[in-house]
Amino acid sequence: MEPYNKHESIAALMNRSNVDTDQIIPKQFLKKVERSGFGAHLFHDWRFNDDGSDNAEFELNKPIFNGAKVLVVGDNFGCGSSREHAPWAIADYGFNTIISTSYADIFYNNCFKNGILPIVVSKEQLDTLMAEISANEGVSFVIDLAEQKVTTPGGNGFTFDIDPFRKGNLLNGLDDIGLTLLHADKIDQYEQGHKQSYPWLWA
Amino acid sequence: MKKTMYEKIWDSHLVVEAEGQAPLLYVDRHLMHEVTSPQAFEGLKLSGRKVRNPHSILATMDHCVPTKDRDKPIADPIAKKQIETMADNCRDNGLNLYDMKSPNNGVIHVVVPEHGFVHPGMVVVCGDSHTATHGAFGALAFGIGTSEVEHVMATQTLPQKKSKTMLVQINGALSKFSSAKDIALAIIGKIGTAGGTGYVIEYAGSAIKDLTMEGRMTLCNMAIEAGARAGLVAPDEKTYEYLKGREFAPKGADWDKALAYWQSLPSDPDATFDCIITLDAAEIAPQVSWGTSPEQVIGVDATVPAPESFSDEGKRKACESALTYMGLAPNTKITDIPIDFVFIGSCTNGRIEDFRIAAEVAKGTKVAPGVTAIAVPGSYHVKEQAEAEGLDKIFIEAGWEWRDPGCSMCLAMNGDELKKGQRSASTSNRNFEGRQGKGGRTHLVSPAMAAAAAAAGHFVDIRNL
Repeated sequence: MEPYNKHESIAALMNRSNVDTDQIIPKQFLKKVERSGFGAHLFHDWRFNDDGSDNAEFELNKPIFNGAKVLVVGDNFGCGSSREHAPWAIADYGFNTIISTSYADIFYNNCFKNGILPIVVSKEQLDTLMAEISANEGVSFVIDLAEQKVTTPGGNGFTFDIDPFRKGNLLNGLDDIGLTLLHADKIDQYEQGHKQSYPWLWA
Repeated sequence: MKKTMYEKIWDSHLVVEAEGQAPLLYVDRHLMHEVTSPQAFEGLKLSGRKVRNPHSILATMDHCVPTKDRDKPIADPIAKKQIETMADNCRDNGLNLYDMKSPNNGVIHVVVPEHGFVHPGMVVVCGDSHTATHGAFGALAFGIGTSEVEHVMATQTLPQKKSKTMLVQINGALSKFSSAKDIALAIIGKIGTAGGTGYVIEYAGSAIKDLTMEGRMTLCNMAIEAGARAGLVAPDEKTYEYLKGREFAPKGADWDKALAYWQSLPSDPDATFDCIITLDAAEIAPQVSWGTSPEQVIGVDATVPAPESFSDEGKRKACESALTYMGLAPNTKITDIPIDFVFIGSCTNGRIEDFRIAAEVAKGTKVAPGVTAIAVPGSYHVKEQAEAEGLDKIFIEAGWEWRDPGCSMCLAMNGDELKKGQRSASTSNRNFEGRQGKGGRTHLVSPAMAAAAAAAGHFVDIRNL
């Protein structure tokens, strides 16, 4: 995984709540056996017309949002299915940061496995950020994970909370499995005890 | 210290809690299907790692599989490749797979309980959000992403954050016409699709005690639609009775040891929960979802809400856009909504008791003109059992299609889908935009409500039948 570095980037706005993973990546694209290439299908049913052309009404099709790495969205983003294809599509499209008031649990976990930083803000903060983008589309935010700080040209910057373990992994681009295997002796030890206590699980 | 059932399972599965790191939880059972696993196997192979405990895994093929003409090759080349990749991966890693030709094949969350693979007190994961189903047995069961699937295969553990606990207490008795599905929908209607975020829900109360194991599975299955990490029901005599004698259930002296452990699992009488929600079962009418989120749901005797009826601006806007997508006018009576398609099946409502109640309602009726109705058993064993009871004949005589098992129209990956603008009465779990086909309109209901709608061509208050 790539380390997550401090960056300044266009913030794209999607003022929608309860965006589910079926919208992020519709099921017809889940049949691939590879991890790559899902960005082309991100928000497919909203993004494209029936004839395959771009839907000009869809927020992210605005040329001013081209190249955005930050996505500012409404409450409960990523609800529904556990499909990791959703964060794969988001990362492949080019986003590495999401700002919202809340995320569905599995989606939130999946973000960290894919170098995406999901920032949680209050409702008031979100409204302010959305207002700043609406008034000045194409505006860029500075995201500094090390300092846990977002800066905006409109002065609506803020600091945010994040689990220190997850923060460290993102900053260093660390692989979770490798970290867990540092505890291999503990896992072996636990498993021995488990076999004694619950022998029927191993019968 | 008094503990909840969740805390007991958590504590007994904690491998290590290293300073500055997320606690590592041991995983007893890992369930798999073809859609969320291929990239995990690829990752494992690329990093030169092996499956740590192949016996902890049970795999099936369900999401992409056709539910008719199973003897012919799969027409969709990408689905075919995914199915073949699953077979290769399971063979190469020595995993137990119920492939399309196996008599044990079916939807993962239907098949696993049939074989007694999940027991009370286990930690169970699957690359599928509806893993919550297995909480019906008093197991901590939750959905994970594909990176986590790889993590569990390699380490038999998962870094986890401890959840908060929510007690959902359903007192009283359910009316004859309401079911576990209606309880699940009513809870989501009350707390919303994010109401359970950050929590593990424990369902308790007399109405939950009264549910069958199938009903408890339906209820826990939809814990995820309330945003919860998992749902739990305390194991009791019904649980033990259900498990006894099944293939992977403990045998002989192990049974007694297991039983003693299981009986220690229920939450201590005065354990503290972070949040308590109470509902009266008697007040739960048969539910029908009217919008594009499971929280947009109401009793069948009500009308479609108007956006103005919501004081919260977000909910008002969500109502407006849902009504546009669903092609519904505010204040329409639910029973006046016509339907084109009926689907009974899925990991929510694809078990034998679901087909029994639906057949009871469908018996002697005919599917209304212009309506297509399909009954898709959750597994071959459900199908066999239903056929042994003559339920297939009831459906076929009423004009239904009787299919082979699979996820089918619950997520419409296998070609069973709605066309744009078509409206379904569906026993599945999600009514998201496009879930059952682009432009398709889904109304979530119980099996009895679905069967009644098939005959009438519109929703019916089954209490008046």
